[in-house]
Order: sequence, then C-alpha cells, then structure tokens
Amino acid sequence: MSTVATSQIKLTPEHARPRTSVRSRLQDALPKIVLAPSFAITIVFVYGFILWTIYLSFTNSKTFPSYAITGGRAYQRLWGWTFDTDPPSSWYTSITNMGIFGFLYILICLALGLFLAILLDQKIRGEGVLRPIYLYPMALSFIVTGVAWKWFLDPGLGLEQTLHQWGWTSFHFDWIKNKDFVIYTVVIAGVWQASGFIMAMFLAGLRGIDGEIMKAAQIDGATTFQLYRRIVIPLLRPIFLSAFIVLAHLAIKSYDLVVALTSGGPGGSAWLPSNFMYEYTFKRNEMAVGSASAVIMLMTIVAIIVPYLYSELREKSR
Amino acid sequence: MSAVTTPTRQASGGMNAKIVNRIVIYGLLALFALFYLMPLFVMLVTSFKTMDEIQNGNMLALPKAPTFEPWLKAWGETCVGLTCAGIKGYFWNSIKMVVPAVLISTMLGALNGYVLTKWRFRGATLVFGLMLFACFIPFQSVLLPMATILGSLGRFGVTLQNTVGTSFGLGNPTVNLVFVHVVYGIGFTTLFFRNYYEAFPTELVKAAQVDGASFFQIFRRIMLPNSMPIFVVTVIYQFTNIWNDFLFASAYAGTGDAMPMTVALNNVVNTSTGVVEYNVNMAAAMIAALPTLLVYVLAGRYFVRGLMAGAVKG
Repeated sequence: MSTVATSQIKLTPEHARPRTSVRSRLQDALPKIVLAPSFAITIVFVYGFILWTIYLSFTNSKTFPSYAITGGRAYQRLWGWTFDTDPPSSWYTSITNMGIFGFLYILICLALGLFLAILLDQKIRGEGVLRPIYLYPMALSFIVTGVAWKWFLDPGLGLEQTLHQWGWTSFHFDWIKNKDFVIYTVVIAGVWQASGFIMAMFLAGLRGIDGEIMKAAQIDGATTFQLYRRIVIPLLRPIFLSAFIVLAHLAIKSYDLVVALTSGGPGGSAWLPSNFMYEYTFKRNEMAVGSASAVIMLMTIVAIIVPYLYSELREKSR
Repeated sequence: MSAVTTPTRQASGGMNAKIVNRIVIYGLLALFALFYLMPLFVMLVTSFKTMDEIQNGNMLALPKAPTFEPWLKAWGETCVGLTCAGIKGYFWNSIKMVVPAVLISTMLGALNGYVLTKWRFRGATLVFGLMLFACFIPFQSVLLPMATILGSLGRFGVTLQNTVGTSFGLGNPTVNLVFVHVVYGIGFTTLFFRNYYEAFPTELVKAAQVDGASFFQIFRRIMLPNSMPIFVVTVIYQFTNIWNDFLFASAYAGTGDAMPMTVALNNVVNTSTGVVEYNVNMAAAMIAALPTLLVYVLAGRYFVRGLMAGAVKG
C-alpha cells in the first residue's frame, strides 16, 4: 500500500491492518467458496443440460446429436402424429396413459392414504405394528415392486390361478397382458407402493390438529362423519397440497415401474412419457423427438412445482 | 388429536354400536395390512419353492419342502444377459456405487446447509431455490447431455490410459454413476441440512466466531457433533434412492459387468431365453430388496422422516 504515506486524512481501522486483509478477505469469502462447487455443478449439470436438451429438441438429431437448428419439427412429429390414426402413435398412447395413470394414482393414493390415516387415528392398539406394514413398500425399488406384482398378477401363475384352484373358476383377470388394461396394473402397483407414505403424511397432519377444536365440536353434537368432513379435512388442506405435489412429481417421473411390471406392455401400450423418451432417445435413434418429449415432461413439472416452491420459499423468508 | 369416539349423547345406548364400530375399524385395518403384505409374502414363499411346486401348487401356500437352492442359484449361477455367474457381482457393483455417492453427497449437503443458514449472503435464497428445484426435475431432461459428456470423458480416459498409463477413473461406469448420483443428489442433501441447521441456534456460531473460531472449526466442533439425527436421515434417504435407482443405472451402465443391482435384476427377470425360473427370479428380487428393507426395519423412523423432509417442505 504505497498510498498510505500521501493520503492520511482518515485512518479507518481497515487501513490500520493492511497485512491481514488478504487473509481476512479469504476468510470472508470462504463460505461462498465452499458453496461454489455445488452451485456450479447445479448450474452446469442441471440448468445447462436442460438448455442443451431444449436445443437438441429443435435440431434434426437422430443417432448422434447434430447442432444445426431445424425448427420445431420434432414437436410437430410428436403432436402431428395423430389423435386418430390406427394404431395410435406412441406419444398419443404415452400421454393418454399419463392422464389415466396420473389421475387414478393421485386420487386413489390420496383417498386411501387419508382413509387409513383416519382409521389409524382412532386409538388403535397395534398401531406401531400396522404403520410400518403400510409403509414398507416405499423402501423398495420400483423394479422389485414391478417384479413382485408381475408375478402376482400373472394370469397363469398368480391371483387368477389361485382363485381358480380355490374353486372360483370363472374368475378372469388378465389385465397385465391386455393392451387396453395394462396401464391399470401400473396404477395398482403404484398405489401399493406410495399410498402408505401418503397415509403417514396425513397421520402426521391429524396428530397436529388441536384436540380442543375436536372436543368443542363433539360437545356441539357433531357426528363423527360431520366432524371429519367439516373440521378435520379442511384443516388438512396443506397436507393435501404437499401430498398432491409429491404424487404428481412421482407420477410424471415413473419409469422403472412400467419397465419392470410390463416391459412396456403389449406393443408399448403401457408406456408413459418417460418410457417414450428413453425408447426414442436410446433405442430408436430419434434423439430430437426424445428430447422434445423430455422438454414437455419438464414443462409439466415446472408448471406444478415452481409456484409451489416459490410460495414456500417466500413464506420462509418472510 | 384425541381419538374420535361416537358422540356422548349416544353413550348410554351405543355400547353395541361402539363395539361393532371397533370391529369394522380393526377389520379394515387388517384387510389393508394383508393387501400391503401380500406381494412380499408371495415373493418370499415362492423363492423357497421348487419349480415343480410353483407350477402345480398354490401361490399362497407355504413351501412344502423349503429349499435354499433358488437363493444360491440367484446369487451365484443365474444368467444376467450372456454371463451366468449370478447376481453377486452386481450386488457388489451397487455397493461400490452407493457408498461413495452417499458419503460425498451427504458431506457436501452438510457444508452447503451450514453456509446457507449460518453464513448467509445476498442471494442465498435464490441459490438455494435453484438447487432445490434441481431435485424435482424429471431426469429425462438431463439424461442425454449427461450421456454425451460421460461418453467424451470416457474417450478422454482411454487417451489418458494410453499416454499416462491411468485413466483416473474416467469412463469407468461405476465412477460415472457415483458422479451422477452426487450431482443430482446434492439438491436433496442440501435441503435436509439447510432445514435442520435453520433451527440450530445461530448465537452459538456467533459466540464461537467472537472467540476466533474459523469457518471450518465451527463446522467441525459445533455443527457436526450436533448433526447426528440429520446425518442418519440423509444417509438413509440417499442410500435408498441410489440403491433403488434404475433410470441412470440403465442409461449409463445398462450393459456389461458394471451394471448395478436393479438393472441386473430387470435383466434376470425379463430374459427371454430358456425356461423362466420364477423361484430364482423371486430370490433375486428379494436379494435386491434386502438392503433397503433392512435399513427400513432398523431405522424406519429416520427413513420416514427423510421422506417427509424431502417431500413436504421447501
């Protein structure tokens, strides 16, 4: 610091310790330096890669990426292919399946989860045993779930065969081999896996409700049903929202379950958009189309998650 | 919340109704317990049966002559693709992938959470928000670029191998998967630690700072010793997620000797050659499920807490 001699008008403490300044500045920057790698990784490998995928979706990439922009042809192929061709296009099948699967999966998980949570909240003896039984499927991989249910639903070996042996010979259940119904078997296995977790979320919510409110309502003569419909369920609204977000997000990401349970189903009839993306990108050498489908999946998630995260974070920082 | 019993005005004449009520509740709960246990039960009994018994017997019947043969065969002999050496190698692949990935992502998460709560700076919320959103993206939207990058790193690794004599792990599928799981796991681990440290008294950190403790000293001496619960939660969450992953595993190590357990299991089950040995398939599935089930049984409370933390709050 050569200027010290000439300008000594105000000697603030900062000027007084020039030698430590590099070190202390490093100390000050240390937290940011520690955070930087993770942040950089996120920026490059998440946001950078997303941009890359978006870019690829506007090219003509087939087996290998090509970087000449050719416009929205991939999207035209996705959406142009058909709402009424016969057989329906894979993308049409995928999004229809997504609609069926997403709707039923979310609805049944919410309903079953809430129902079980309310039942478990009735001062049940053995709750400590039942709760883990409802919840353990969440610890399994979708592949294991798929393998187990594939076996269980197999017409020749599983449920159908068992009921035939027990004498109910007219029982018929071959959804897993039926291209029109195979997606419902994915719903069954998906609900089996996730509903216990939704139950745990609702149960935590129920335990958080003030007992006084309940007592007051009971004194006023509310029936149990009224009590739950008018008071408890409205109080659980935040849990419904969180559970919906979790389920929607799980539903859109579902990929493994379809692979393990149905291997894609007869003629790809069980595909979800995630399966479509994987098949087109890595197996059918239609990279641009695959990328376009990935972009559409991402947009769907963004539409659901971003408003949620935004409101959560704003609430926190307030 | 206190349990809701039938309203008091029915109390005198409602004793019977109350008992019926209880029976219905317990009945329903037991029924659903059956629904959740059934697939696991079937998988388990099937894995101890002979093929003969499977084809001629009842799915729900207990094995008449329990045999360990399917388990041994699944572990040491069954065919995955063209190699018939059982799934043991793939089991170890998964372990080799999971352990470093969990440790690295958890440590990074702890440091990030510490910075984001105790060393706040302008824009910290934005940084956190960006990292948090990364948890939720469908991985399909990054799958292809990552494959491209890993491919070029692999080619670079080969060049290094030829010139320097070591590839530094570049191009090794297990290393690749560790990297991928760390990259896409730090969002979650950061979230866990941030939320945990948020509630940790900042005064302690301030006091230590006044005493001249450095950034890392505070982390090591004050934060870490008080972070045991969240470490357990994070490690379990990451372990379960990474062990169970299929998408990354099949995209980046879908063939060859390096595939993790989930991919190998899927190959065993969906193989189209020869007679399908259901008992061996079920044993393989059980082996793939055991590590996470074990963790669940031993530390279920923490497992649930992790799921909740990952799900509910941003």
